[in-house]
Amino acid sequence: MNSWVDLNIIAIVLMNFMMLSSSRIRICIRVVAIQGILIGLMPLLAGVHSTTYASLVSLSISIALKGIVFPYLLLRALQKADIRKEVEPIGGYPLSLLMGVILFLVSCWLSSRLIYAKPLFSNLVVPVSFATFFTGALIIVSRTKAITQVLGYLMMENGIYLFGSALLGGQSLLVELAILLDIFVAVFVMGIAIFHISREFDHIDTQNLTELKDWVPSKQE
Amino acid sequence: MNFMLFSPALFILSGLCALLLHKYNKVSNCIGAFGVVTGCIAGLVSLFNAYTNPESVALSVPWSIPYGSFSIAIDAIGAIFLFPIFILSAVCAVYGLEYLRHYYGKKNTASAWFFFNLLIASMILVVISRNAVLFLIAWEMMSISSFFLVLFEGEKKEVAKAGLIYLIATHIGTLFLLVMFVLLGNEAGSFDFNRYQITAGGLLPSIIFISAVIGFGTKAGFMPMHVWLPEAHPAAPSHVSAVMSGVMLKTGIYGLLRVITFIEAPCAWWGYLLIGIGMISGILGVLFALAQHDLKRLMAYSSIENIGIISMGIGLGILGISTQNPVLAILGFAGGLLHIVNHAFFKGLLFLGAGVVLHQTGTKEIDVLGGLLKKMPVTGFCFLIGVAAICGLPPLNGFISEFLIYLASFKNILAEPSIAIVSLGCIASLALIGGLAVTCFTKVFGIIFSGEPRSSSCQNAHEPGMLMIVPLIILAFACVAIGISFPFILPKADRLLADITGISPDLIRTVLSGTMNPLIYITTAGLLLYSGLFLFAVLRRMLLKGRTIDSVPTWDCGYAKPDPRMQYTASSYVQPIVDFFKGILRTQKHGCELIEYFPDSSSFKTKTSDIFQENLFAPILAFIHRCAESLKWFQHGKLQVYILYILFTLVALFIWKL
Amino acid sequence: MYAKVTQLILIFLISPFLFGVINRIKAFFAGRKGIPLLQTYYDIFKLLRKGAVYSKTTTWIFIAGPIISLSALVCACAFIPFAGHRAFFSFEGDIVLFIYLLGLARFFTVLAALDTGSSFEGMGASREVQFAVFAEPALFLSLAALVRITGTMSLSDIFANTTINTLTTLDPAILLVIGALFIIFLTENSRIPVDDPNTHLELTMIHEVMVLDHGGIDFAYILYGVAVKFWILGTLLMSIIFRTNSGIVFFDYAVFIFGMIVLAVAVGIVESIMARLRLFKVPNLLIVALALSVLALTLTMRI
Repeated sequence: MNSWVDLNIIAIVLMNFMMLSSSRIRICIRVVAIQGILIGLMPLLAGVHSTTYASLVSLSISIALKGIVFPYLLLRALQKADIRKEVEPIGGYPLSLLMGVILFLVSCWLSSRLIYAKPLFSNLVVPVSFATFFTGALIIVSRTKAITQVLGYLMMENGIYLFGSALLGGQSLLVELAILLDIFVAVFVMGIAIFHISREFDHIDTQNLTELKDWVPSKQE
Repeated sequence: MNFMLFSPALFILSGLCALLLHKYNKVSNCIGAFGVVTGCIAGLVSLFNAYTNPESVALSVPWSIPYGSFSIAIDAIGAIFLFPIFILSAVCAVYGLEYLRHYYGKKNTASAWFFFNLLIASMILVVISRNAVLFLIAWEMMSISSFFLVLFEGEKKEVAKAGLIYLIATHIGTLFLLVMFVLLGNEAGSFDFNRYQITAGGLLPSIIFISAVIGFGTKAGFMPMHVWLPEAHPAAPSHVSAVMSGVMLKTGIYGLLRVITFIEAPCAWWGYLLIGIGMISGILGVLFALAQHDLKRLMAYSSIENIGIISMGIGLGILGISTQNPVLAILGFAGGLLHIVNHAFFKGLLFLGAGVVLHQTGTKEIDVLGGLLKKMPVTGFCFLIGVAAICGLPPLNGFISEFLIYLASFKNILAEPSIAIVSLGCIASLALIGGLAVTCFTKVFGIIFSGEPRSSSCQNAHEPGMLMIVPLIILAFACVAIGISFPFILPKADRLLADITGISPDLIRTVLSGTMNPLIYITTAGLLLYSGLFLFAVLRRMLLKGRTIDSVPTWDCGYAKPDPRMQYTASSYVQPIVDFFKGILRTQKHGCELIEYFPDSSSFKTKTSDIFQENLFAPILAFIHRCAESLKWFQHGKLQVYILYILFTLVALFIWKL
Repeated sequence: MYAKVTQLILIFLISPFLFGVINRIKAFFAGRKGIPLLQTYYDIFKLLRKGAVYSKTTTWIFIAGPIISLSALVCACAFIPFAGHRAFFSFEGDIVLFIYLLGLARFFTVLAALDTGSSFEGMGASREVQFAVFAEPALFLSLAALVRITGTMSLSDIFANTTINTLTTLDPAILLVIGALFIIFLTENSRIPVDDPNTHLELTMIHEVMVLDHGGIDFAYILYGVAVKFWILGTLLMSIIFRTNSGIVFFDYAVFIFGMIVLAVAVGIVESIMARLRLFKVPNLLIVALALSVLALTLTMRI
């Protein structure tokens, strides 16, 4: 048992909880960035990658993107859009935190039912990757700001990356790059969209986007 | 044995005498109470006899009722329930003597005594009967007599409603019991309990168990079958509420335990089910309790909480039997059973205390009370002991039973994962229940007995007469005594645990002696606590000797005109928790928010209704009502047509049998 | 036996000292000189020499509150190990008794506060019980995690087994438990970020406002009780993190006491660099503690 791997995994879980409990968007962005870096470092710590040229390139690209580029873009969007810098969860923080704990337990249960083709470098890595994925989904569902939804997508990607690095080892390069590209475009587009939404509507609260729907129930009939 | 029958006979006889003499309030009152007290003493004596020579305690007489036989017996399981029944009933009867004096001339107190005595007699019969038909008759007598007691102030609209809800709920429960006994009887070919022996395997034991959980659980107050409890308990006179909550609910638990002894080997999932029910009842019960404003309604919810704790203990016990884990089985059952006795004492104490408050101030609204400790020091002191005991605080009795359940759980968090998870769940729920119970009962005691009186209703309150005080003192003493002396009591419970678990007495003795060490330490710690208390109190007194002791108003931050109504209220005290759990409690708030600097007079009120009542039973009942509506044409009040119906039925039956 | 009595006496003697350390650290950060290290002792002795002032509203509960709380806390001291040596009393499941004794102390502090009829004290009491609702399950679960890690069931056994070696293997579960215990430690002792012991406005206090009306000997009892409680809960942390097992008893004692002083320094640093949380956010913090202990338990289940 490599204790550094375990510590790293625990840090990743703690990032999930921090994400669910912190109210500042700025902190949330940094949490996701740090989580991205930690997950990027995971294969190195676990030593599953044969340190080939390609895998190192993949690692450094992912770390650079998730740890530096995305946070930079998001922080800039945050600054430009000049929005309130607080997250507003639906149902309050305690509930999201409890949900986070429950999702973690569900992930543990789910992963215990999977059958693995080869032994993993840590029996925690799969539950944690599931938990990260679910937490990302929870963030998307329960937070109202467009920018936190982007963060949710990033977390989901983190979860997928962790899962990939645990199961596929070195062969995940192509998959990884494809997902990263998707996310990159998403962040880029969202950044622009957020900027424009905030210029048009003075806020980036997605709840208010429901006003854009065509059909409005009339009260008379 | 005959002595045992003597006591219910005495109850019924004295009840009848009281009823006959209803013209003479005082006489009928005294006869009713005297009958209960002597009957209870006779019962306790026979219980003691049964303990010393257990062979002589069975009686079976053939009976003309089909399938029925008048067979009764006392065994260890029955005894553990009879003991609190006798003590609490006697104490409550003494209390009722003075409590009912208030109603002379206004109410028929004689009928109250009749039904009270009938209730106790039927409870005893339920516990000692060994035949399904006799059991059901006694069970029904118990339901009916308590129904009439709930209706004591039946002219009030909410009391009438409460009575109706109780009657319906208890009969739905009986329906399931009927199904269960028929299934059991069908299997055994007899309705005598000693023939009931269901072998494990197949669906039948599970169906029987589920019917028992629903049927007996309705009486015991398992969530979500608890809806009658918060309605019926506040409506009944306080000494009746004490008996109902303290011991009548427990007959449900008794039934469940009895059914478990019929079945050869319980399944593991029954244990999980009971633990789950226990957690839900415990946590939700205490949550709803702390959101209530009505003192007796609060106590009713807290009874549900305690039933939850008992159910957790029994669930752990069943899990222990089915997984062949004697430590879990013995400690779980021991904790659950002890909590049954303990709850009878402290909840009885609290209901009687609430009765004193109601009797002296005329209200059970917590927010208008206050400062009663100065006016009723003895009542307040006893109430405080009850409050501390129900919160499970050491060194009182509530702690011991919760400790046994904790110990059962802690000893099994190293077991296989499924049991470990359940144990952790129990630990977490018990801890949460403990924290919430402290909130709930500091609210009750702090708001009612401390501070300044919040309204004029407290002005004339004073200590009640001896007949109401002495019962409180007895029960409070029992709470303290069990808390300290439990290590001496536990070894005597080996036969009881052997009867329930089916584990050999030798093994039980080994496990129990392993448990003795913690219990002795707890007693030591309790004594240490008392001596520390004494030491610090003496030190304080010695130091204060000769120094000045001033008396001033409470620090009010320099406010010029403090008013008792400015004190923190019960609602504001629990507001943070109620708000935190608003998703579960669904507290409705009525009133306006104050916005302006100099607002006009305004009002604010909150109400926490039962979620199961509102969201589960109300829709079902509404549906039934709608269906019944369409059958209304059948019922129109014309006598001739009714006779025609009867005739048709008879003819139809005749043709069918031809 | 003598060793156990010595331990208890050491606890009773040293615990008020830690507040002096905290105050010194805070003064250092604020650029002040600070009060004497032994100020808590001076305060207690000064209070013991005073007469008494009671509110007209209060009853005997108000006087009994500090007495019962202090006896409960002193009784709890008998169950906590000292420097990894067995406590005065220990038995299987003493965890439960230990936590409930803390609960008993809280119960009577709260009742004494409500006894004054003051809105401020009612408010403080309300907050105290609210936080306890979350802190108690968290404490139970984190200790349950330690039970699972060490395989033993009494405080003495647990803290004799979680030696410094367990910590150096970087068992993540233990690290999580330490995190949870630190949050509970700060909450139960009413320190920043949950409660500010130095605050000056009644409306914002929690523990301080509950004891607002107490004075003289009663307050001396309360002050001493708070110090003992700080030690008790600190022991749970420091018995895992900071102690040696050299075999030389007095060396171990010295190291452990030094560890407690380090803890006090840590608390002082936290109080100097952190602001208080808004009150309605405190439950979040406690749920984080709960989440950490659940996480630790899950780890012990899987590995």
